[in-house]
Amino acid sequence: MPVKLTFIQPDLQSEIEIPYFDYGVSAGFPSPALDFMENKIDLNKALSENPLATFYIRVEGHSMSGAGIDDKDVLVVDRSLEPADKKIAVCFIDGEFTVKRLSKKKEGLWLLPENPKYEPIKVSDESTLIIWGIVTYVIKKV
Amino acid sequence: MYALVDCNNFYASCERLFQPGLVGKPIAVLSNNDGCIISRSDEAKVLGIPMGAPEFQVREQLRQSKVHVFSSNYALYGDLSQRVFDILRQFTPNVEEYSIDEAFLNFDGLDENLDYHDYGLQMRNRILKWLSIPVCVGVAPTKALSKVANKIARKFPKQTSGVHVIDTDKKRIKALKWTKIEDVWGIGFRLSKKMKDRNIYTAYDFVDPRHRAWIKLQMGVVGLRLVNELEGQSVLELEAPLTEKKTIAVTRSFPKALNDFDALRERVSTFASVCAEKLRAQKSCCQTVYVFLKTVDYPDGKRKSRGYQQLMTLPFATQSTLTLVQTAVHLLTEIYRRNPDLIFAKAGVIVSQLCPENEKQFDLFADENPKHLKLMQAMDHLNQKIGERKVKIGTQGEKTWNMKQEKLSPKYTTRFDEILTITCR
Repeated sequence: MPVKLTFIQPDLQSEIEIPYFDYGVSAGFPSPALDFMENKIDLNKALSENPLATFYIRVEGHSMSGAGIDDKDVLVVDRSLEPADKKIAVCFIDGEFTVKRLSKKKEGLWLLPENPKYEPIKVSDESTLIIWGIVTYVIKKV
Repeated sequence: MYALVDCNNFYASCERLFQPGLVGKPIAVLSNNDGCIISRSDEAKVLGIPMGAPEFQVREQLRQSKVHVFSSNYALYGDLSQRVFDILRQFTPNVEEYSIDEAFLNFDGLDENLDYHDYGLQMRNRILKWLSIPVCVGVAPTKALSKVANKIARKFPKQTSGVHVIDTDKKRIKALKWTKIEDVWGIGFRLSKKMKDRNIYTAYDFVDPRHRAWIKLQMGVVGLRLVNELEGQSVLELEAPLTEKKTIAVTRSFPKALNDFDALRERVSTFASVCAEKLRAQKSCCQTVYVFLKTVDYPDGKRKSRGYQQLMTLPFATQSTLTLVQTAVHLLTEIYRRNPDLIFAKAGVIVSQLCPENEKQFDLFADENPKHLKLMQAMDHLNQKIGERKVKIGTQGEKTWNMKQEKLSPKYTTRFDEILTITCR
């Protein structure tokens, strides 16, 4: 009996996306970890609770070394947080940026360094101060 | 209800975020290539620095008035613009990004008893605190009225705190009477002159029924829609974002006038290759290539600046840098061959007839060398990895490629090696 062949023209124009599984199809045992797969750690998300208000700033100098902020470290700064006593803040005082710990005393606000070689700054009535943002993390290369 | 949120002097405000010392000082931002003034802070406006003026014409004035001048830093402005829109989305999901510094919002589906003035203040305060960018908010029942309300908020910051709501007919009429016809959304300079000839001086005059027929004649249905909108009947909705552009244009003024063919070829090649890159980024191909050149204004005043153009439709749609550059250079050669003595001030490459890359029509007899695709993928990959378009084709030179950006601030938010550095003394 002759073999009857029917030729079917493939339609190469249309696109159908077929899901591709690169696991579990071969005869082996599927990985028991698959059910527990999570996304990889994204430091961008982990270190900025509010990405819309977060900026990265590099530090030069040693006045905050006692707080773990050293020369060339990168700060994660969140502008949405409210300034509060004992927070470390990026401050713009009298025309210059600096990083200091805020300290609310009876006599007024102080910007405290964390290095005995540096003097605390008293925020006087004459000084113009902008608290630019609150430091939330320090990134350092070791 | 709709709102228009507009950032005040957006580019200048972006520069101030990282240079707070410039708050209260005059700032001017220049266009690409440091050509003209495209943004001014309020202080620079007060000094009479003209908008759109070529930099070289006002250089002395800028220096004398101690205006802080910046090249445009679109990496920074683009990032902050996106942040502004994302903050607005925390208030309503319905946000139309109208321009880099303006958005229309719609509040359908939100609490009906919402205090819009208070809500607007919250937006304003959040954007100001998080990004130090001042915005004005205009709220009204229609888009055109929200533009009017915005203008009032901007003009009367003390009375409005930067937020104005038109929610009664009394307020609407007061606002229309205050709004000059040339400030109405969609009424350009020419049209407003015609209007004034008919004694239409304000938005209130414009909606007067007596003018309806004339407006229809002049502006067609667009004009009638505008009348409806200004009367408080909403006919314009938020527009969905255009995900794909219909044409892509790359045009630049030259830092100095050019006559040399090689120099022109370099420019046109570069513009064409940027077009190709943009096409690939949005996964499109183009079928038409258009090249134009504009001559300088001759100082003798006898000959005025003139444009020359050439267009070619390709037998196949493409996104290949090689094909586009070759075509653009061919068109340039045509223009140059006929006008070898001209001195050019500006050139551009525009590609159109775009189609998605996976839907391109094949021509039986002409198609692109399939190797182009792989080459382009490799080139894009390398350029993304190294940055700054290091891999390019032969006709793109080394030198003239760079834009003039002498006063460019760092890309504080998009380049890790350019983030703000502060000294802790």
